[in-house]
Amino acid sequence: MEKVRIIEVKESIFADNDREAERIRLQLKQEKKFLLNLMSSPGSGKTTTLIRTIEALKDEFRIGVMEADIESSVDAEKIAATGVKTIQIHTGGMCHLDAGMTEQGLKELGTEDLDLVILENVGNLVCPAEFDTGAVKNAMILSVPEGHDKPLKYPLIFTVCDVLIINKIDVLPYFDFDLEKVREYAQMRNPNLKIFPVSAKTGEGMDDWNSWLRQQVNDWIQ
Amino acid sequence: MHELGIVFHIIKTIERIGDENKLIKVSEVTLELGEVSGVIPNELCDCWNWAVKKTERMKNAKLLIEKIPALTFCESCKETYATVQYGRICPFCRSEMTYLVQGSEINLKEIKAC
Repeated sequence: MEKVRIIEVKESIFADNDREAERIRLQLKQEKKFLLNLMSSPGSGKTTTLIRTIEALKDEFRIGVMEADIESSVDAEKIAATGVKTIQIHTGGMCHLDAGMTEQGLKELGTEDLDLVILENVGNLVCPAEFDTGAVKNAMILSVPEGHDKPLKYPLIFTVCDVLIINKIDVLPYFDFDLEKVREYAQMRNPNLKIFPVSAKTGEGMDDWNSWLRQQVNDWIQ
Repeated sequence: MHELGIVFHIIKTIERIGDENKLIKVSEVTLELGEVSGVIPNELCDCWNWAVKKTERMKNAKLLIEKIPALTFCESCKETYATVQYGRICPFCRSEMTYLVQGSEINLKEIKAC
């Protein structure tokens, strides 16, 4: 019988994932590819916002999209209709993507002819925030009908994101959604958070968000 | 669902450590779990018991959980207080300038193996 050993690890269970993510980011930098991780709850308008952004930037960058969902491919079909390279990633019941799955997705998509890859993460404000995907920047969408208290309820996602897109501002008159409150709550958790109020439907505010993304991609791939 | 993803990450990490240390059988894994980590211990154990059966090295490994209480620090009055009881607003001075000092951890503490 072999002797029982105790191995002290004392490490976060996310440490391996974080290292893998860091390695992906380094590789993206070397290959001059920008990866954006887009997160939100279901129904916030991720796909519609994405289509608008693709339309605005597709003449400047070669864009690819990875659609992550637990099941189905309805979103991937909508994105593919814009003419950009798209793949669907099924997480097989899991509520988030991790660095390993993202890397597999990037291989599957084939990034050699791309400048900008957008990962549409699983619709969820909790789990995707905990797993670094290796993306260069993280963005999230909060839509007006969801309410302005979300930064208080789901603080982590507001902390890990670089950008908060507030979508569906065209319906602001019908909801008790306080734009100033959301700013205050979100920036209390993350003072560097950039906030873009938009309506993907009417196009209002989309230019500011698209300009921000354009600048980030150019800075990274230079 | 969230717990299952976390279990897969723990297993992956232990497999790596197992390879590095040439471990044959893992009998016990100790996890430090923060009070506000968002992980439900019971569900984590259920997922663990299901997932380890699929591995050779951890088939019968027990999962032990040590809880870490959540503590928040107030920047205004420099007091530390229990997060779950009082939330984000400091019970001493009512300030909102507070941050979590511990309690969100999900740490792999140690592995017992041969």
